[in-house]
Amino acid sequence: MNPLPAPRALEQFFLEARCKLLDLAGILDRVGRGADLDSLTADARTEKIHKALGILMSAAPNKAELIQKLFSLAYDPEWKRPSPRF
Amino acid sequence: MKYIDPHIHMISRTTDDYQRMAYAQCAAISEPAFWAGFDRGTAAGFHDYFRQLTEYEPRRAALFHIKHYCWLCINAKEAENVSLSREVIAMIPEFLSKPNVLGIGEIGLNKNTANEATIFQEHLDLAAKTNELILIHTPHLEDKYKGTRMIVDMLKNDPRVKPHRVCIDHVEEHTVKLALDGGFWCGMTLYPTTKCTPSRACDIIEMVGTDRIMANSAGDWGKSDPLAVPELIQEMKRRGHSEADIKKVVFDNPLTFWRQANNWKEWPPEPSLNGAVPQPVKAGY
Ligand SMILES: [Zn+2]
Repeated sequence: MNPLPAPRALEQFFLEARCKLLDLAGILDRVGRGADLDSLTADARTEKIHKALGILMSAAPNKAELIQKLFSLAYDPEWKRPSPRF
Repeated sequence: MKYIDPHIHMISRTTDDYQRMAYAQCAAISEPAFWAGFDRGTAAGFHDYFRQLTEYEPRRAALFHIKHYCWLCINAKEAENVSLSREVIAMIPEFLSKPNVLGIGEIGLNKNTANEATIFQEHLDLAAKTNELILIHTPHLEDKYKGTRMIVDMLKNDPRVKPHRVCIDHVEEHTVKLALDGGFWCGMTLYPTTKCTPSRACDIIEMVGTDRIMANSAGDWGKSDPLAVPELIQEMKRRGHSEADIKKVVFDNPLTFWRQANNWKEWPPEPSLNGAVPQPVKAGY
């Protein structure tokens, strides 16, 4: 499965990226215009959005996967499993 | 291009959707038992639902020459009620020999609770006893990664589970390798806002390849698109992928997985354009 050559991918998806950045900017502006903005500094979701923006700015080749993990609850490998009944 | 939607809840969709899916060349679908949008109060409610999935819905699909298969279980959300779940699980064997039943599903986790895990394991016990295929729902959003890890833990903890007879559904960027590396099949769900878009599904295919992976719409009572799989076909074409690769994901893979089902009957061969009758492909895997 060969991905598109990078220049073609940019050509093909540039407008979509622009559109989605504007959507995101619109959401952040909308939140910012509302009353009681200060209460959001303690909201964990605000920090998650800022961290996600950091991932977007990084050179990581798996940005989508990293953002997914950022928005995921922690997994405990020692969780108590039920036993199969044979 | 002909395609299969291996996960769609047609009882929540209109007959017009069947019509449009037929126009888009949908050859077959499978409909997992799921949460109806409200908690059912009795096992009898599930009995009626299983009759709808095994008797009525295949006939409605057949009006549009779409083959209808289904999966039976009590879904993860209602599995929180352990006593009701046990009544429903006890009723499932009565339906397993119905010709359109592919196996047990969509079992899984929703909020990753102890009760959900108990009932997931009890479904695995049933599937092991009856040697059924298994279709697995993984949780939504922030619960998905943790829940998928827990599901894989339970599957690996049960030596009776054969990974090639299990499909882990609703995988995304952070869970697809958990399924594939465990030897399981996996499904990507093309669903607005909460799951995968066709573009991201195509990205995932570019990253992990086309083996043991399929795509579905999970069309249901929520805002969803029963034509999401054709949209993925378009996206893959737009990225220059070959017809063979696209067909593998949207047709061959779900069919190969389904062919392992106990009730499987090969589809009658379709005459080719010159009148020669092609031989059906042997069940493989
Ligand atoms: Zn579903």
